[in-house]
Amino acid sequence: MDKSFTERRRRELLVAACLTVAAALVPLFVKNPNVQNIMILTLMFGALSQSWNILSGYCGQISLGHALYFGLGAYTTTLLFTKFGVPPWFGMLAGGAISALIALALGYPCFRLGGHYFAIATIVIAEIGLLLIQNWEWAGAALGIEMPVRGDSWLKFQFARSKLPYFYFALALACVAWFVTWWLEDSKWGYWWRAVKDNPDAAQSLGVVVFDSKMGAAAVSAFLVAVGGSFYAMYVSYIDPGSVMGFQFSLLMALPAVLGGIGTLWGPLLGAVILIPLTELTRSYIGGSGRGVDLIVYGSLIVVIALARPEGLIGLFSRRKGASR
Amino acid sequence: MTAETIIQSLASGLLMGLLYGLIAVGLALIFGLMDVVNFAHGEFLMLAMYVTFFLFTFFAIDPLLSAPLAAAALFVLGAVVYLVIVRFAMRAKANVGMVQIFATFGLAIVMRGLAQLFFTADYRSVPNSWLGGKTISVAGIFLPQPQLFGALVAIAAFGGLYLFINRTDFGRALEATREDPGAVALVGIDKNRVFALGWGLGAALVGLAGAIMASFFYIYPDVGASFALIAYVTVALGGFGSVFGAFAGGIIVGLVEATTALVLPPSLKSVGIYAVYLLVVFIRPRGLFGSM
Repeated sequence: MDKSFTERRRRELLVAACLTVAAALVPLFVKNPNVQNIMILTLMFGALSQSWNILSGYCGQISLGHALYFGLGAYTTTLLFTKFGVPPWFGMLAGGAISALIALALGYPCFRLGGHYFAIATIVIAEIGLLLIQNWEWAGAALGIEMPVRGDSWLKFQFARSKLPYFYFALALACVAWFVTWWLEDSKWGYWWRAVKDNPDAAQSLGVVVFDSKMGAAAVSAFLVAVGGSFYAMYVSYIDPGSVMGFQFSLLMALPAVLGGIGTLWGPLLGAVILIPLTELTRSYIGGSGRGVDLIVYGSLIVVIALARPEGLIGLFSRRKGASR
Repeated sequence: MTAETIIQSLASGLLMGLLYGLIAVGLALIFGLMDVVNFAHGEFLMLAMYVTFFLFTFFAIDPLLSAPLAAAALFVLGAVVYLVIVRFAMRAKANVGMVQIFATFGLAIVMRGLAQLFFTADYRSVPNSWLGGKTISVAGIFLPQPQLFGALVAIAAFGGLYLFINRTDFGRALEATREDPGAVALVGIDKNRVFALGWGLGAALVGLAGAIMASFFYIYPDVGASFALIAYVTVALGGFGSVFGAFAGGIIVGLVEATTALVLPPSLKSVGIYAVYLLVVFIRPRGLFGSM
């Protein structure tokens, strides 16, 4: 391992630590609840996109059905809490574990499919999950379930008066997702994934266990996304199938990474920092009348970025870095 | 459940299946031509339905007559979308597959937004069209006339497409470009022109389907989304890029949907389609008629 490489990785860790501290200080000064809400969503989508990026960016298996894992996390946590009184912290881990197991079970047949066939299979599987939950009476069917309010408590992760605990949890989630990616990037798995993405046949012939690599990426990715789903359920305290398992959620998870730079360490967070505030602002300022202008702005942005910057906005930074080297 | 009920629903399923095939074939054609999946396909359908609705509302043109007009309008749209968006998406230096997905998906969102802005989110319908609400009885089975008409148009369109691809110069250029885009340039075929016409043709076919469907489905900005997923499944089931596959895939999807509706509650009827689709691709990863 050459020196500049280890140095660069150490520097990334340092930058991340500085950004975390800076982010942690922001809500102490910014007290507006709407702005705090946008910051929480930004961190959450950053974390989700970072997790999605592990399977779809690094390993190259484009999933458009990650809403399934998000919904599984949200539903596991909510159902365990409302029906059995299990604290959300446990529900979060249970949701993550269930999602990872389901990802492995689904990966077994799906990873034999290539390209578009894989992407469409993931949409279809998430859609089946959505339809099943919509018809599951015990879980509230299409109407969804509301989280009973039990008063502010860390054990139950409910806070009616302040958004700060949610903010710090979302920040922690983003840090964990970032750190896992950072750590995996330089692990055996990280190299396998990139080899699988670039040329699966060559990777196979060089001894990379292609199938296992994909399975590993799917499990890690699904686990983290489910934890995000659990958090979201606790945060909004009311979930219904369409709002946590719908196709649009799969896209919302993918877009920040695509925008920022797919298969890169900083891309998903950069994308989320730009995209989520923009989405929320267009929605609240021009979308309020329900006339579709927010969709037009949002959609045009996606088209323009996809065409003008296929490598993502992160390319702007790395080019400058390359010039100074 | 009597034998009549079963035959009755299979017959309706077959009609709907032919229409699903017609919705999907444009997608298959474009994919076969240039390996691009159009994620705005459902919105093309939505637009065609609105074109039909407005021609009916403002000019009292019956969907039977406006179908060619809707197809023509969509032909232009398809060609323009290729020239303005897809052409550049294919030139991307990084993440080509991703760029295509998100460029066409972004377009889908824009089209939905435009529909909401200009046509509002209201549910529209084409009431009292010539065939609307009428049924025909064949050997004791009742067939709704608009669906029957749609099925006949779908069969005619598939027949026409087959002849077009195999018997005309443009069809041969299409076939040649799909096989080797580099070599066709040497014999003086403009690749971009062929691709633009291919997109136009694919969009015109879904335009035809939209015009027919306008007379028996509600029309609203998000109507494309549910049919788009069925279209992807149809195309993947038949084998991406195979025109015949889309035809066969459509019929299978229609029949499976009708059968599922007999056994499961109506809200779960799509589960049957999705399950059969997954079963097929898990056994044959490239669909029933896709080349390996």
